[in-house]
Amino acid sequence: MSISRDDVTYIANLARLGLTEEEITHFQGQLEGILAYVDKLKEADVHDVEPMTHALDLKNVYRKDVPVPSLDPRSVLKMAPAVQDQFYKVPKVIE
Amino acid sequence: MKLHGLTAWELRLRFQDGSAAPADVLSDLKGRYQAVEEKVRAFARPPHFEEDVSGSSSGAGALQGIPAVIKDNICRQGDPTECCSRILKGFVAPYDATVVEKLKKSGALILGKTNMDEFAFGSSCETSCFYPTRNPWDLGRVPGGSSGGSCACVAADETIVALGSDTGGSIRQPASLCGVVGMKPTYGRVSRYGLVAFASSLDQIGPITKDVRDNALVLSVIAGHDGRDATSVDLPVPDYLKEMEKDLKGMRVAVPREYFVEGIDPEVREAVTQAKAKLGSLGVTFGEVSLPHTEYAVAVYYIVATAEASSNLARFDGVQYGLRVAAAPEDASALIGMYKQTRDKGFGAEAKRRLILGTYVLSSGYYDAYYLRASKVRRLIREDFDKVFKDFDLILTPTSPTPAFRLGEKTDNPLSMYLSDIYTISTNLAGVPAMSVPCGFSKAGLPIGMQIIGRPFGEADLYRLAFHYEQNTSWHKQKPKL
Repeated sequence: MSISRDDVTYIANLARLGLTEEEITHFQGQLEGILAYVDKLKEADVHDVEPMTHALDLKNVYRKDVPVPSLDPRSVLKMAPAVQDQFYKVPKVIE
Repeated sequence: MKLHGLTAWELRLRFQDGSAAPADVLSDLKGRYQAVEEKVRAFARPPHFEEDVSGSSSGAGALQGIPAVIKDNICRQGDPTECCSRILKGFVAPYDATVVEKLKKSGALILGKTNMDEFAFGSSCETSCFYPTRNPWDLGRVPGGSSGGSCACVAADETIVALGSDTGGSIRQPASLCGVVGMKPTYGRVSRYGLVAFASSLDQIGPITKDVRDNALVLSVIAGHDGRDATSVDLPVPDYLKEMEKDLKGMRVAVPREYFVEGIDPEVREAVTQAKAKLGSLGVTFGEVSLPHTEYAVAVYYIVATAEASSNLARFDGVQYGLRVAAAPEDASALIGMYKQTRDKGFGAEAKRRLILGTYVLSSGYYDAYYLRASKVRRLIREDFDKVFKDFDLILTPTSPTPAFRLGEKTDNPLSMYLSDIYTISTNLAGVPAMSVPCGFSKAGLPIGMQIIGRPFGEADLYRLAFHYEQNTSWHKQKPKL
């Protein structure tokens, strides 16, 4: 599996990581090495095997519809880098 | 012996007969911290020794007056919880994790937070944004990871008990490298509410202690159903302390041949072989088995775990908490640029590597080849265990292929670092419980651990084997010279 610089840039954008040129070079090589290793999964016979995403046999887990106190919004907003009133403040999205 | 060198159950006896009080233990621990922390660096930030202990020794909680530490990815109200990452700098948890609530309710005194690999991404504690923790047995070597701070803290007698988290071996591998007892419970046994998520289908919180009895004691405090974690299972918690006393006669233990092949250090192999002989003399019968899909475990893990991490860590974007870095001039959008710059400056190299890999295996065109295929092989790994547990009660393996490696030895080669978890990863994928117990030392004086794996919710059987082994050996009584 060969990975190009463009592939790394494309994936980094999906992951919202603004990588430097050196980082792109660095990760390109390492990603190739790791993907070459995981390619061994191609040898495994997975014919008729159902994927397993979870170790427990859980279906929908419901709780009783009873209101319980939740965190004080002020204590949560206190952690944010920027707030206005009871809202998170972010850079302008629409020009 | 100073009080800091004792176990929780030994301290409880002293509190009961009045020969010591929790304040004395805190004072001893403070002295110990001042004497050794500079060398070990087990804590993420300085702990507190000034807890109000009035009445603690007279309470009836299972851990009344017992000092404990928790890994930096577990929330305690009012305490920084930064996962040893720059991106969470300044985050102070506004609530207690369920395990913290339970520790407090049992009377434990939480001293502080321990160092870890950033977001638990690592096997050496070297990816912490603060500093690496050192192995108390050899300060030039790593303590293992990612719960390396918690394990080093216990090994160095800087705490009595500790909590860690384990996604692919992060409790057991450092426990093995530091010569302490570490348990990764069954998936669903302990609530993860308040644990910063890494890979949600794999993560479990578990105890790290100086001996097996303490470990069983702490697990009985933190285990159980919690409505705030939908994956915690509503099954009764057995009386582990009572169950582990039952003798070993008739117990059948499997030894998988895939765990003793190339890559294993001869001293590790020898120590586990000796442990097997010891257990045989205590009435255990052994059989060799095969777990044929073992060779795929590391590959499956680094697809599944990174895929889940890339999704879980999407929340760290400079909006709700932690670091925010403004967009760069070349960024077209101020908002997306802010996300990208925040995440580039906030995450370390290993976190970025895993986020890129996880995003790649989930991306359009690659999902079937990587994530879907890995999820199928994951089922084959689980079925390997199910088959063995039809004929055997437990499985015995080494915990780590080698004793502690040197700082810097594997930092430039991520794959060789990933392979140090080769024996521990399968059990997270399968969801079964597993623990590491000290079983010897290398000629260089480094601890070696053995791993005991059991059926889902069979922690009592693991403790039973571990307890009787420990009663007949003295590895756990040895202390590093610091």
